[in-house]
Amino acid sequence: MQMADTPYPFPDASGHFGPYGGVFVSETLIPALDELRAAYAACQRDPAFMAEFEYELKHYVGRPSPIYHARRWSELLGGAQIYLKREDLNHTGAHKVNNCIGQAMLARKMGKPRVIAETGAGQHGVATATVAARYGMECVVYMGAEDVKRQAANVYRMKLLGATVVPVESGSKTLKDALNEAMRDWVTNVHNTFYIIGTVAGPHPYPMMVRDFQAVIGKECIEQMPEMAGRQPDYVIACVGGGSNAMGIFHPYLEHREVRLVGVEAAGDGLDSGRHAASLSAGRPGVLHGNRTYLLQDEDGQIIETHSVSAGLDYPGVGPEHAWLKDSARAEYVGITDAEALQAFHDLCRFEGIIPALESSHALAYAAKLAPQLGRDKVLLVNLSGRGDKDMHTVAERSGIRF
Amino acid sequence: MSKIHTTFARLQGEGRKALIPFITAGDPDADTTVPLMHALVEGGADIIELGVPFSDPMADGPTIQRASERALAKGMSLRKVLALVAEFRRRDAATPVVLMGYANPIEAMGIDAFAGAAAAAGVDGVLVVDYPPQECAGFAATLKAAGLDPIFLLAPTSSAQRFAEVAQAGSGYIYYVSLKGVTGSANIDMDEVARRIPQIRAAVGMPVGVGFGIRDAASARRIGEVADGVVIGSRIIEEIENSPTDQVVVRVRDFIKGIRDALDQIGEQAR
Repeated sequence: MQMADTPYPFPDASGHFGPYGGVFVSETLIPALDELRAAYAACQRDPAFMAEFEYELKHYVGRPSPIYHARRWSELLGGAQIYLKREDLNHTGAHKVNNCIGQAMLARKMGKPRVIAETGAGQHGVATATVAARYGMECVVYMGAEDVKRQAANVYRMKLLGATVVPVESGSKTLKDALNEAMRDWVTNVHNTFYIIGTVAGPHPYPMMVRDFQAVIGKECIEQMPEMAGRQPDYVIACVGGGSNAMGIFHPYLEHREVRLVGVEAAGDGLDSGRHAASLSAGRPGVLHGNRTYLLQDEDGQIIETHSVSAGLDYPGVGPEHAWLKDSARAEYVGITDAEALQAFHDLCRFEGIIPALESSHALAYAAKLAPQLGRDKVLLVNLSGRGDKDMHTVAERSGIRF
Repeated sequence: MSKIHTTFARLQGEGRKALIPFITAGDPDADTTVPLMHALVEGGADIIELGVPFSDPMADGPTIQRASERALAKGMSLRKVLALVAEFRRRDAATPVVLMGYANPIEAMGIDAFAGAAAAAGVDGVLVVDYPPQECAGFAATLKAAGLDPIFLLAPTSSAQRFAEVAQAGSGYIYYVSLKGVTGSANIDMDEVARRIPQIRAAVGMPVGVGFGIRDAASARRIGEVADGVVIGSRIIEEIENSPTDQVVVRVRDFIKGIRDALDQIGEQAR
């Protein structure tokens, strides 16, 4: 196996991935981020903390998640063999919970009894509310007022779990506005509050910390693939909104230079339509939500509204490490439209008996495009980051069906 | 010497405090901004902080976010803000103008292009809320080379090491945010402010303006007793929101005049 000569050095000590990342926040938050960085570094060096994290992942989340060979679908596509990393089988139904456990444990260590989170479709909110209930912490979830309307079931789930859900009425009333509002809460209540960010974005150390907690996905794959497929994959494919499931599976593979890493963004109605959420494919570098990264913005530097059938990918930025992996060409980023993702959603339902999340369906759709172009001896590993039960309404509506 | 520096020096000589109102450019509309700026000066403003609207004003409270949204809905942009400053300068060459906003519109324009255009328009200082000193050494140097003051924030949570970093990177004045929170919040901790301001002034060697949470003549006066300047933002935006269109300018001028009178009583008592 070809390994890089030097270990991957990112982020650097100041939280940068090349020109991306960093700490672009108001002065009020600087001490809180310093405190968080120090606490996280201490936990990383603490074997008891890491052992407890592993115990929780095993007994509460149900890890390791299996890898499944989608034999029938691969056969129908007539090319490369497709393997699925089954993050959809985790407790709460997605990869999000891995990170929430890590951050909630850290919050407890830091003596912060209150956790807050932002959520778009509600998945990260549900995962945070779940873990807060598990550890007996107060939990407040910020959610755009539009999303609260669209995702009533997830709002109820969070309430069942004891969380307070705050509808955000400002701006476009979606994920980015929920993030703004959560930041404001944090600035105001920083003495007793821990902000659990759900993706590999935000100011340093969040992109690094979330990546590290999610890297369990890729580490397991590296152990499981030789057993399942006889070797490591030729391609690792994952959807990218903020990019946490992708960073989680990519990161352990970065030094496996022969493995191609493909991030799949939401191309919505098509990259030319202007209605999409593909920051890396169609955006420009800028500063938002505490870090420098690729952003969907207009000529004046205002952030523009995004579109995707999948709420979890509907975000105008992307984690700064993805920006760096794109520029350095270690990973490649492609777009998949709403229509292509929906087709893959239906195909996986019908051919494998698995209902995937619409987010993950973007990665599946790219695998379905790529597989027929490759020989039957090639191996694709797709991160099936979540299950699709939450998307029933969206898919039914698209098919003209009302419950 | 920058216009901001000489303004503070003059006020200090007179035993007076700087009154620094904030309005968002383009709120309620572009045509009202320059008349509002002149009205602020008539009412007794010493320096004007002019907000550059941004789609995601993370460090601001709901009041200033609403002002941003109104301005953006009517097509305000960084370039248009600079044009408004140039228009203001046709009648007022003396009052310093500080742009306050977020990094992304400036980066979209280009840092060099922005510094050149801002200096040409008659801007005196720039405060970028999401540019802490460690992330903007190049930007601060570019501003200084163009004759502009890079203004930085300090907070109740800031360490002594932060004082040193800000003293190194900044010039003009320090904007001390007097509470943990966003713009427009309540509850200023007066004892905290009174304790911190002398420490900060001594550490940074610059005048200290205090903002976030100042809402009326009484709170302005209490802050003015310890600080070199008083910043008022959200409360003015509320005045704009609550005034009939044809009375916005007059109402804002009268409101500022009330604050000015309260601040000037501090000096009179001392004399």
